[in-house]
Parts: sequence; C-alpha cells; structure tokens
Amino acid sequence: MSQVPDTWRKPPFIANRWLRWAVYLGVVSYVVWVGASLPVNWARVADGIGRAQRIFGGAFPPSFERSGLLIDGFLESLKIALLATAGGVALSIPIAFMAARNIAPLPIYYLGRAIIIIARSFHPVIVAIIFVKAVGFGPFAGVLTLIVYSIGFVAKMLAERIEEIDFGQVEAMRAAGAPYLSTLVYAIFPQIMPRQIGLSIYQLDSNLRASAVVGIVGAGGIGATLANAFGRYDYDFALAITIVIVGAILISEGVSGMIRKRIG
Amino acid sequence: MLKITDLVKRYGKGNPVLKNLDLTIEGESVVSIIGSSGAGKSTLLRCINRLVEPTSGSIELNGTELTSLHGRDLRTARRKIGMVFQGFNLVDRLTVMENVQSGRLGYISTWSAVMRRYPKEDIRRAYELMERVGIAHYANKRADELSGGERQRVGVVRALMQNPEILLADEPTASLDPKTSEQIMGLLRDLAGELKLPVLINIHNVTEAKIYTDRIVGMRYGRIIFDDVPDKLDQEAMDQIYSGSPHADRSEDMKEAS
Repeated sequence: MSQVPDTWRKPPFIANRWLRWAVYLGVVSYVVWVGASLPVNWARVADGIGRAQRIFGGAFPPSFERSGLLIDGFLESLKIALLATAGGVALSIPIAFMAARNIAPLPIYYLGRAIIIIARSFHPVIVAIIFVKAVGFGPFAGVLTLIVYSIGFVAKMLAERIEEIDFGQVEAMRAAGAPYLSTLVYAIFPQIMPRQIGLSIYQLDSNLRASAVVGIVGAGGIGATLANAFGRYDYDFALAITIVIVGAILISEGVSGMIRKRIG
Repeated sequence: MLKITDLVKRYGKGNPVLKNLDLTIEGESVVSIIGSSGAGKSTLLRCINRLVEPTSGSIELNGTELTSLHGRDLRTARRKIGMVFQGFNLVDRLTVMENVQSGRLGYISTWSAVMRRYPKEDIRRAYELMERVGIAHYANKRADELSGGERQRVGVVRALMQNPEILLADEPTASLDPKTSEQIMGLLRDLAGELKLPVLINIHNVTEAKIYTDRIVGMRYGRIIFDDVPDKLDQEAMDQIYSGSPHADRSEDMKEAS
C-alpha cells in the first residue's frame, strides 16, 4: 500500500491566503468604521425615548370606538388587494412567458426582463407616491401601485418556473405538429399551474400587507386611516388599527399556507 | 418511403455528428438503429422531424422534402411523423385522454384544444387504440399515476393518433424493465403490421433488435457501417459497430484531416 494522507480540509472559498485575509479584514474594518462614523445624536435618542413612552402610554388601552371607520378602511384595503392581485397576476402571465429564455425569442426576452426589472426596482411606497400624484389620492392609486408590485414578483418567479420546465413535453407537442398556442396550453400550463396558484395566493397575502403601507402616502385603504389616526394623536385608535392589520395578516398567512400545502 | 440523402449535422464548429449519411426505408418494415452512445442515432431521428435542424442534405418522406419546410408547412409535415420518446414525454398533470388527444393538436384548432372539445371520430379512435394496447380504463387517470410500461403505451397511442406515415421511436424501452421492454417492442412490431406503418427504432438492446425488427442499421460515429437483416449481424459486425469510442473516432478524423 502506498502512503495516503489521513487529514483533509475543505478547500477555502478564496484560494489565495493573502487575498483571503485581506478581504476578511477589509469587511470587518469597514463595518466598524461605518458604525463609528454614522452620526447618532444620543441626546435626541434620549428625548425620543420619552416621546415613545408617551405614544405607547396613550395607545393603551386600544380604542375600538370608531370601529365603523376601521372596518371601512379595512374593507377598502381588501378590495385594493383583491383587484391588484387579479390585475397583477393576469398581466404577469404573458410577461413571464416573454421573460422565459427557453421559449421567448431574444428581443422579446429582453423586453420581458426589462418590464420585470423596472417593476421591481422601486419600492411600492415610491411607486405609490408617483401614482398618487398621477391619479390623485385614493384607492385607485393603491390598486395601480400594487399591480406594478405584483408584476415585479409574480412575473419574475413564474418566468423562472417556466425556465425549469421539462422541455420533453414541449418537444412531444412540437413533434406532433402542434401550433404555438396549443403547445403552450398543453405542455407548459399544466407544468406551471401549481406554482401559478401558489404565487397568486402568496401575492394576495403580500398585497394586503403592502396596501396598509401604501395607504400611508395617500393610496387609500386602512393605511390612510392609520396615517390619519397618527396625525390626530389618536394613538389608542392607531393601536386598534395595528392590531386589526396584524390579525388580518395572520389569518391570510394561515389560509394561504393551508391552500398552498394542498396544491403542492 | 423515407429517403435520406447525404445528410450532415454539425453542432457549432465541431466535427459533424452525422457524416454524409444515406438511408432509405421502404414499405412497412420495422428498422432498428444500433450503435454506441454518441454515434448519432438520436440526432438522426430528430433530424427527420426537425426537432434538430440538419446542416445539409435531403430528407424526403413520401415525396415531400422535409429539410426546407418552415412554419405551417413544417407543422403539417410533422403531423405525418409520429414520435415515441425514451422518457415518454407525457404531460404528467393531464389525463391520459388529454395526453392521447395531444397527438391531434396539429389537426384541431387551438380553441377546440383549449376547451377540450375533441371531434367525435378522434375520441372514438382514441378509445379504439387505447383498447388495442390495454389502457382504455385509464382514460380519466392522470398520466403520472401510471407505471412505466403503461406510460409508454400512452406515448405510442399519442403518436398513432397523428395518423402518421412513419413512426420514430427514440430508445422507447430504455427506461423500462426487461419484461415491459419486450412487451413494448412486441407492440410496436404488431402495430406496424396492423397499420401498415414503417417504424424506425433507436435501440441499445441488440437482442431485442434482432427479435423484433426486420432490418438492422448499425451506426458508428455518424456513419452507417452495417445495414442488413438481423441474421447477418454476426460477432464481427457487432465488434465493428461497438468498438472504439466516439472520442477515438474523432481523433482518427483529425489525423485524416491534417
């Protein structure tokens, strides 16, 4: 028997040891420097703690007195989320097909990817500010915002799913002389359907959450109610709204989880 | 009649996978193509229905030149060429009936296909063929609930639904156990006789090729080096077909070229 080694180490991520240590040291010193150089005004922080105490003190006990307003706001958020999910998913399907490298011609692919990148690059709050300027305060701006938000997520995930399909099924349809659309419907839709349904449910869930946020900048829904409550120092009402939002999200999370488990 | 003349297929800038290949298949014979992996069997089959684009040469099926077709004409030609795949390539999440009817997609409108409104005679033919291969009772089952042999039967019926003038089978039994494999080979041979259909089968199992087919074509790295009745395939011919490796063959060519 020839002599074989009895120790083994996993090869390091960066082969050059000098470079490796330089990178580690660089990262650590940058983080330390950032922490040290960020302007934190400790006097203000101390002030703020008092203010925070007042807010939380004022918030207890939560007040459900104006529950009519609360319910109206919540229902409006639900409507915004539903409409935006329906519109966003409907638009996402063709965009996802455009953005799937394995079935779209190159120019179409770039166009599809561009739409997704633009839809993803802005946070919903920024999109909402633009739409509130464009179409005025209210739920319509919220719906448009969340449609853009839905496309950014659903179209991207769906395009990735389309790129992972078993192409043999497409080949079988092509070999039978099937036209383009029939091929999509028979060989691709059945393969992406479970993911499509799962994504739609997840997006509804996500839109409901986001609709509360974009409401704060004037795009309607319970977020608007919450912003108003803060504006008028009604912290107890604000806490009630927050509790309802958290409750609604917990419920939708549970329901969507259950449905996704069933179809998975 | 399928007539292939001077067919060349080259991927990228490398050596050709098919080298000036000629092959004629007449009447309703069952022909098997044998050869080691990388010999170009699959590429040859896929060139016929243009799942792979031939580089040059001619492929003629019953008078139609296939290599120059585009768009609608290509689809119309493909309807006449049935194909059976090694991995079955069924749509797992659809029912057996939908899978079988997908062989008719080239004939029916997209709208009828989407609405699953299949013509009466197509449904009747589907039941007849499924009865023939013994899967009619699975019509409403999802394709992924079936066993391998049953799935390949669906694949065969799907191809036959096209009313093909020729059937191509790309290693139809490679994913099956030996017994099921023999059943499928027997089925292909019998159906070829019943439907008066020429069948071209890529196969690794030489014993099965000898038993179930009328003619054996031996390929070695892009060329046909044997073409005769099964009885003539002796040890010497076998050695020639399976000796060496595609890599070695390639380097020989390099020497010739330089």
